Amino acid sequence: MIAFENVGFNYGGGELLSDITLRLAPGSFHFLTGPSGAGKSTFLKLAYAELRPTAGRVSIFDRDARLMTRDDVALSRRRIGVVHQDCQFLDHLPLATNVTLPLTVANRKGDPQDLAALLDWVGLGKLADALPPQLSGGERQRAALARAIITSPDVILADEPTGNLDWDMSLRLLTLLVELSRMGKTILVATHDMNLIRQAKSQLAARVLRIQNRRVQLAGADL
Amino acid sequence: MRFSLPRFLSPALLAPALLASDRQADRVVPPSGFTAQLTLFTAGAMAFLAVFALALSLASGRLADRWASALAGTATIRISAPPEQLDTQVAAVVALLSTTPGVASSRVLDSAEQRALLEPWFGPDLPVDALPLPRLIELTEASPGYDGEGLRLRLAAEAPGAVLDDHTRWRRPMATAAERLRLLGALSLLLITGSTAAMITLAANAALSANLPVIRVLRLVGAKDAYIVRAFVRRFTLRALTGAAIGTVLAMLGIALLPRADDAGAFLTGLGFQGFGWLLPLLLPPLTAVVAFAATRYAAFRTLKGLT
Ligand SMILES: Nc1ncnc2c1ncn2[C@@H]1O[C@H](COP(=O)(O)OP(=O)(O)OP(=O)(O)O)[C@@H](O)[C@H]1O
Ligand SMILES: [Mg+2]
Repeated sequence: MIAFENVGFNYGGGELLSDITLRLAPGSFHFLTGPSGAGKSTFLKLAYAELRPTAGRVSIFDRDARLMTRDDVALSRRRIGVVHQDCQFLDHLPLATNVTLPLTVANRKGDPQDLAALLDWVGLGKLADALPPQLSGGERQRAALARAIITSPDVILADEPTGNLDWDMSLRLLTLLVELSRMGKTILVATHDMNLIRQAKSQLAARVLRIQNRRVQLAGADL
Repeated sequence: MRFSLPRFLSPALLAPALLASDRQADRVVPPSGFTAQLTLFTAGAMAFLAVFALALSLASGRLADRWASALAGTATIRISAPPEQLDTQVAAVVALLSTTPGVASSRVLDSAEQRALLEPWFGPDLPVDALPLPRLIELTEASPGYDGEGLRLRLAAEAPGAVLDDHTRWRRPMATAAERLRLLGALSLLLITGSTAAMITLAANAALSANLPVIRVLRLVGAKDAYIVRAFVRRFTLRALTGAAIGTVLAMLGIALLPRADDAGAFLTGLGFQGFGWLLPLLLPPLTAVVAFAATRYAAFRTLKGLT
């Protein structure tokens, strides 16, 4: 689905990531950990072509990210559900409209019942008409996840999706991600939450990647 | 994103941009009260000015044509002489004119006509016959015309009191001035169009910058540039169209209500449109819409290209 080959990246200063080679195989479930500022969000941005590598090659659905046109990127985003670390919404439109936005911009019509079920599932059923600025941090994260998966994308990239959630709600989101994984989706979750990782590993074969010294390595079995 | 300038103006692009199917795209961008009013006002003011520039251009064009054709072809010979010589000199001039090649006809103005000419200046009670007024002979030029210098020399020899006033000395610069005025009017129209484009580009850029977070969200969820651009273009095109329609109607009303004097030659009262000319300003709102469409599209694609 998404492959990194000897990828290096810097924001114009020193190298932040270097010589990263890995593949997100279809149906795989990965966690991405590492200290704050290590480059987890940067890695995810490379994976959905918000950033282009400064060395090496990122392939998204078998296409070199550097050769993709702006429309190619837009189309690839319809197959990648992204949960941003700082969830951004259209603040003037109600939550339900925001969640269905990926369908709207692709000129697709959603099933209202699916939407209601999805909002209930992330615990936002009663807030469908609320405006995003009225939501709490955790509610925003859940809304962002709902928006990311409404198109049933092939790949789901989530950046700290449980950062503002209590344990119960985190488990609930994890269950949702596990469910999606069982449907064959490719999933990558950046997180600090070791408990969440442990919980996930008890439910499915999740691999843990760790960013350390600018490299991405498979973490040991100590988790 | 590839695009080239001529594509902006394609009607095939303009029409879908305005269709109702894009209402959804329009809604994803928050309503922006200030730039909306700015665009509306600018388009209205510019259309208002454009109507007057158009009227000026058309009126001075008519004036140039009238002066060039109506005044061309006539000249006046003024004969001032002691009363006892006046009639002989007039007769000599008339005889001379009848043998001058290029002069189609000539006619001595009678005293009633002379009184009519002087009346605006001196009132109706002027005792024309008692005054030592010069006599006037009006001649009509044939085509090809006469040789002005040659005629002057012959007049000097045969009737020393005769002076040829062939109008061209003042007629030509006035016709030229009217012609210039027509050009200046057309140039003003071009400048107004350019300013409209510039101002709408500025307003569109302001709206785009204010909505960068919105654009980022749209990009993130997979919106193509064309979709995002449409949201802005539709809005600015409709606003410009509305503003220009209001401005045009007001300006046309203003021109229609100008007082109309009987004197058809008066320049100011001749400023209005005539006949089919009234249809010309109606082209301004659609023209403004096309300008707004192209300007916003250009600004939007340029802004988007700068984003990842
Ligand atoms: N746009 C940018 N320009 C320059 N430097 C940046 C930019 N974005 C991030 N950085 C820097 O790159 C480094 C990695 O940032 P990144 O957001 O990828 O870290 P992270 O691992 O996601 O951290 P956290 O766990 O706090 O979210 C940080 O030092 C950050 O300051
Ligand atoms: Mg981060």
